[in-house]
Amino acid sequence: MSQTEVPDLPDGLVAVVKQDCPTCELIAPVLVELAKKSDLTVFTQDNPNFPAEISNRMLDADLAVSWHHHIETVPTLLLVQNGQEIDRTVGWSRPQWERLSGVSELGIHLPDQRPGCGSLSVDPSLSAELTVRFGGSKLLGRRVEFASLEDTHEALFERGWTDGLPVVPPTESRVLAMLEGTTRSPEDIVATVPPDLVPCTVEKVAINAVMAGCRPEYLPVVLAALEAVCTDGFNMHGLLATTMPHAPVLVVNGPIATKIGMNSENNALGQGNRANSTIGRALQLVIRNVGGGRPGEVDRAALGSPAKVGFCFAEREADSPWTPISTMYGFPSGTNTVLAFPGEAPRNVVDQLSRDPESLARTYAANLISIQHPKLILGFDAILAVAPDHSRIFGDAGWSREKLVDRIVALTVRPGKELIRGAGGIPEGLPEAMADLDLPKFRPNGLHIVHCGGGAGLFSAIIGGWVNGEMGSNPVCVEIIP
Amino acid sequence: MTKVLDPTNETEPAKIPRVDRPTSLDGLTVGLLDISKPRGDRFLDRIEERLVERGLRVERFRKPTFTKPAPVDLRHEIATKCDVVIEALAD
Repeated sequence: MSQTEVPDLPDGLVAVVKQDCPTCELIAPVLVELAKKSDLTVFTQDNPNFPAEISNRMLDADLAVSWHHHIETVPTLLLVQNGQEIDRTVGWSRPQWERLSGVSELGIHLPDQRPGCGSLSVDPSLSAELTVRFGGSKLLGRRVEFASLEDTHEALFERGWTDGLPVVPPTESRVLAMLEGTTRSPEDIVATVPPDLVPCTVEKVAINAVMAGCRPEYLPVVLAALEAVCTDGFNMHGLLATTMPHAPVLVVNGPIATKIGMNSENNALGQGNRANSTIGRALQLVIRNVGGGRPGEVDRAALGSPAKVGFCFAEREADSPWTPISTMYGFPSGTNTVLAFPGEAPRNVVDQLSRDPESLARTYAANLISIQHPKLILGFDAILAVAPDHSRIFGDAGWSREKLVDRIVALTVRPGKELIRGAGGIPEGLPEAMADLDLPKFRPNGLHIVHCGGGAGLFSAIIGGWVNGEMGSNPVCVEIIP
Repeated sequence: MTKVLDPTNETEPAKIPRVDRPTSLDGLTVGLLDISKPRGDRFLDRIEERLVERGLRVERFRKPTFTKPAPVDLRHEIATKCDVVIEALAD
């Protein structure tokens, strides 16, 4: 019999038990009683000799009966007629067992009821493997077998599937477990991934998410991030192919960030949190493995940046003086979203002496002017990540995000004659024709202020953007769908 | 023995054979494609002068932006109008 075929149940009463369950031990005398008065078969999951007094006892050694008949609790008592299950009850409940068996005064020395234990077939350490064995595969991806003498980790490197760090081998059971993280079907197309413009399925994203080290509950964020970057507006192709060092920077908003354990506090832009570290990496692995975007090939970055391994963090919403950054894109507060921003590695801004919003805005403006080049303006957006010791100063003064952005942008305005080619002895700069204009550093909606970071430290961080607009990339914010 | 799922797109790229290189440019139409990088036009202006001096027909094309692949209609237009193409990168 194939393992995907549902094994028959014998007619009569069927009980599924395991010895490692106090309730099953408790009701063993009830089973003996039922065996005398009715047609009872007992399937035992662990000890083949349990319950010892029952002769019509079968071992569900590979848990095929339990898995195929959806046993979630032991003991479970089933009533079977003509091979069909008519009724079932889980755990011990005298009225239920009497109703099902038609035998009265069952286990009169026992308590009236007692909850059961988890069936071995739903044990978290076994269930994914059982699903692969008995469920039949719904996955379409090619299977690649490594020889027993091959080191799996080395083999994964050799095939060019990693970013240089080790990956988790994407076995079928791990990929199936990953797919539990979304309601979407494995064969659904998520996006067309550059540079090879390949339609990418949920399954392929799940495979790469396993490799990146994601947990299943992160998968919806990875899927949303992939959708965001594979839009014409975000222009992942250009961001990958550019000689500049930028990469997708992901900012997660909404209750999902806390739910999946993302870090928006101490070291939010750094290492040490599994969700932050692996979600951005999963996206990059999809670009690499599905899209075919590899450094030295279509990825032409001259220098690159640590952000290209994967860069993802959550906004610190709980005590933020501002609405979530996603509101800039029209989403109401409380919506689960991911913002894809074409950015580089963060750099720190120190101001430990300002205690009023105006002076701190001046510090920000002075630092933000230098993104890419102090004489290049309007072509680059930025994220300004403001930590609580700084944000408090704006919160106390009642400065909204919009007010702060407007003030910073106003403070960056400089005369064109200081920015044109040759000014300051530097050929880089604006065309001569712009000499008589007064120009700000940022275009409207170019500056993104995000609240994050730990409770101590009078710092903020700047994440400079890639070329913005039609020629480059626009940030894209999308809702995360479970 | 470990069995894993292939994380790649599993597709073999379609192989389109290249057109043989012409032995001479005589009588051919040369397409000049500006990818919109700064100063690419200067380079192509000079190439155009040199080609016209030799009595060749020249067609000029321009990608909307160097950061995205050429639109399919543009690729088709170049393929139908020209025998050879010179593409300019510049900065």
